Amino acid sequence: MAVDEGLKSELQKQGIFVLPFEQLYNWGRKSSIWPLQFGLACCAIEMIASAASRYDLARFGAEVFRATPRQADLMIVAGTVTKKMAPQVVRLYNQMPEPKYCIAMGACAISGGPFKDGYNVLKGIDRYVPVDVHIPGCPPRPEALIHAIMTLQRKIANQHLDKKQADLRWYDKNAAEEYPIPSFGEHDLHPPANRELWHPPRDYRDVLLDEVKKS
Amino acid sequence: MEAIEKIKDLAAQTVSGAKIEIINSTPAAQQPALLVDREHIYAVAKFLKEDLRFQMDFCSCVTGVDYLPKADKPGCIEIVYHLYSVAQRQGPLVLKVRAPRELEQCHVPSLTPLWRGCEFQEREAYDLYGVKFDGHPDLRRILMWDEFTDYPMRKDYVPPADYEWEPTPHDDTLQRAVDEGGIMPPTAREELAKAKKK
Repeated sequence: MAVDEGLKSELQKQGIFVLPFEQLYNWGRKSSIWPLQFGLACCAIEMIASAASRYDLARFGAEVFRATPRQADLMIVAGTVTKKMAPQVVRLYNQMPEPKYCIAMGACAISGGPFKDGYNVLKGIDRYVPVDVHIPGCPPRPEALIHAIMTLQRKIANQHLDKKQADLRWYDKNAAEEYPIPSFGEHDLHPPANRELWHPPRDYRDVLLDEVKKS
Repeated sequence: MEAIEKIKDLAAQTVSGAKIEIINSTPAAQQPALLVDREHIYAVAKFLKEDLRFQMDFCSCVTGVDYLPKADKPGCIEIVYHLYSVAQRQGPLVLKVRAPRELEQCHVPSLTPLWRGCEFQEREAYDLYGVKFDGHPDLRRILMWDEFTDYPMRKDYVPPADYEWEPTPHDDTLQRAVDEGGIMPPTAREELAKAKKK
């Protein structure tokens, strides 16, 4: 839906705002993101600092940390996800109502960070949960978290509501309602990653197979 | 606190049959330790706790150490207790006990009945090294999940073959990615071949 930009601007000067419903709706959604109140490690301290008065996440409408997943829109995975904690994190994400978003905060949450080679740390929460924004850093500064929230806001503002061009997950009838929760295995989590969700660069065995096919 | 030799003699006199050995650690630590055999560690610990000359009323930490077998000596799992006396304001006194690495024989007596603070720390040592503490009131895994069957702090522990893709794998990392069937970038194989030519 096109509104002439010049006209829009003129009308705005008179205090009249003309905009598609979608924009208004998304403006409302992006301006009141309620994060889930949970922290896993030291990144949570930076998350708390972002919410406190000095950095003041309230300026971006994301200060209402909810202590229950039922009322939250955003999961900030702030810190190291141990393999023992991972099923609970996925369960919390499943319990959040759509539309829901996820920010992986810090080196550990995006890849395992300094503990990547350890026996007990998940190599990134994106193995089980779809992540919208990744923030590197160890820990990321509050400004970085604010930047991630602004990035997420930009993403929300650009989502389409009409079904023809809908890119929202909850309009997709084939999308899984819940993400499978990994179980504790004898040596590792089972499965070690949600293969439908997590698409790492190609396995070298596939590369070999391609070479065989070519020759 | 008395010299370590004297503590050793007193303990050996009180606990008959105890094989006690003094282990001098590296100069930096300056903490000689008493190595006691498994059969008498409980009695020696009880003596150190109850004797009025020592009054070791606080066990500050329990540590596991894995020694792999060497050509001249078999390997062992060593459990190290650091004892302090709050009453006499002295310590630490380092107490060590060794058990074979084989899982079936890897047993040491628990000191939890003497110091309640050992409970979680012995559970941790059990969790990570597979040492069974006989007499422990509640020997379960504490950090890893109950279904886990490995002992990850042992030096021969092999982590699950779940090798993560790295943007620039090289040398050992690259070899490991190839060997373990891990995920790696398409060019990695060529890079490995190149590296081997060199």
